[in-house]
Amino acid sequence: MSGVEGYIYPNEVTLYWSVLIVLYPFITGLVAGAFILASLERVFSVEAVKPTYRLALLTALAFLLVAPLPLVLHLGHPFRSPEMYFTPHDTSAMAMFGYVYMWYLMAVLVFEIWLDYRREIVLLSQTSKGLLRLIYQVMTLGSSNISAGALHIDDKVGWIVTLVGIPSAFLLHGYVGFIFGSLKANPWWSSPLMPVIFIFSAMVSGIAAVMLLYMSTTKLRGQKIDMRCVDTVAMYMFYIFIIDFSMEMLDLVHRVYEADESFRSLNFLVHTKLYFSQIVVQICLGTIVPLVLLFLTQVVKLKEMARKRIYILSGSLALVGVLAMRWNVVIGGQLFSKSFLGYTSYKMALVTREGLLVAVGLTILPLLFLWALVKLLPPWPDKSLHEAATGD
Amino acid sequence: MNISRRHLMILLPAAAVAWKHVLAGTPEDSPNYQMSEHWWGMLIDIPKCIGCGNCVRACQTENDVPDGFFRTWVERYHRTDWHLENPEVISPDGGKEGFPVVKAGEEGMFFFVPKMCNHCADSPCTQVCPVGATFISPDGVVLIDQKYCLGCAYCVQACPYGCRYVHPTKKVADKCTLCYHRITKGLTTACCEACPTGARQLADLKNPNDPIHEFLKTHTVQVLKPQMATGAKAFYNGLDGSVR
Repeated sequence: MSGVEGYIYPNEVTLYWSVLIVLYPFITGLVAGAFILASLERVFSVEAVKPTYRLALLTALAFLLVAPLPLVLHLGHPFRSPEMYFTPHDTSAMAMFGYVYMWYLMAVLVFEIWLDYRREIVLLSQTSKGLLRLIYQVMTLGSSNISAGALHIDDKVGWIVTLVGIPSAFLLHGYVGFIFGSLKANPWWSSPLMPVIFIFSAMVSGIAAVMLLYMSTTKLRGQKIDMRCVDTVAMYMFYIFIIDFSMEMLDLVHRVYEADESFRSLNFLVHTKLYFSQIVVQICLGTIVPLVLLFLTQVVKLKEMARKRIYILSGSLALVGVLAMRWNVVIGGQLFSKSFLGYTSYKMALVTREGLLVAVGLTILPLLFLWALVKLLPPWPDKSLHEAATGD
Repeated sequence: MNISRRHLMILLPAAAVAWKHVLAGTPEDSPNYQMSEHWWGMLIDIPKCIGCGNCVRACQTENDVPDGFFRTWVERYHRTDWHLENPEVISPDGGKEGFPVVKAGEEGMFFFVPKMCNHCADSPCTQVCPVGATFISPDGVVLIDQKYCLGCAYCVQACPYGCRYVHPTKKVADKCTLCYHRITKGLTTACCEACPTGARQLADLKNPNDPIHEFLKTHTVQVLKPQMATGAKAFYNGLDGSVR
């Protein structure tokens, strides 16, 4: 049989979870990570990262809007997916997806963004024209009170929402890790560390994404990058990266030392089919290199330009590394037989519903959503609005 | 057509009964079958299996199983010495057309192992289904409501035995139903019926007169991957330690 080595159960030849299921934890991870970065300023009063606060929230929303798409596209019967809301199976981790997703989208992210932008939305509903005016009027939800007292209440409620949002972000992504980690049939996935590793890698990828977006959008707007902000963001990324790497290594060392019945099979897999994506891309290029680079910025006094280049490189590599990690978990976990006697292969199609083109499209789509959100709700201070508010 | 009052008096109740059946869906196939009186499983007697593939063919014909997928299959193990972890296993086309002849003088032990859904009492596949489309029936058979299944394949990932697949055209999970349409009518499964040596025997664990009870009391019986604690109900007699 083509693509099969050794003996696998005959129903294991086909891989059922494709590249779209690789994208799903990657995208939700970016959401959770971006939100955690936003919470640094709001809840933990890390003032230095304030320039990224709103951009982080909008990034989280843009990616969250796309998050269910890979899941729904992967289903054999996508139109039956609402059944997960109407008749969820109470013992299924996956059944909770709809509720966790809706909670995070509506009760946390949209609510917080609305509270934070309410003043601008009201002002824009008064100064805009045509269709935009109508959109902003709808977005005010009928509340046009932007007195100091009302904005103070917004701020207090927003703080509480962010506070609730932190465990919610952990829940959103920890739960994704649990979907894999709780499957005892698959030794590659079955690990109580899986949700923890997912959360920390999510934070790394989300922070890296917002850092890169902040640097690129600031450059595109012809503004000066706030180095105090970027240095602080990179510092948090470095520390969280260390925790993430430690967890992943702990998992690896535990597997190697314990060497249970699956070890020989998994070890072979890592040294053959997953060698490039796991050892080369995930561990070396995607983890060790950015960690060393970020470590340098912490211990050596580097010039601003050097630091910028390091942040761009390490952020990009971290994103590639986390994507590779998702690939190795999802695809890697299906390449070996549960008989531990053989292996199959994954052949990614190009233009099918679960093919490469759709995957690329789903990766670009959040950036288009982000562009639209940034146009609608600019995350940077708007002088004309300030003038409108003060009546100058 | 003119309908008299007399005819109307007869037709109306008949129409009401017919309408009730329409509303209720397909009438019960086996009105005398009581699910609560059964708890189904399977006995697989490895020393009796000759690897003829009759069971696989019968299953595919009975259940319209798509090519390249299997509700049941047969593996041939070849174990040469004490290396239990490294048996040589083959299952060409699920063993449907039998196996190549063993060359004369080849050392070691050769034996056949029929595989199928274990109809686990604590099945990990039903646990993970997000909408409960796959479930354990009150008589202990793991079934799938294919009109409800989303086709997410989470159950396929959760089965430790590789017994599930996503049907290539229906796009829903599929697997052995223990020929539920037959056993509820008092028949045995297609694979059991086709087995020429009695290596597969349908077992009703709630029936005190079923020979399974005597067999389990007097033989060394094991389930596949007991460490998975799935409450598997496919009982194997003579199961070698190398079988996965």
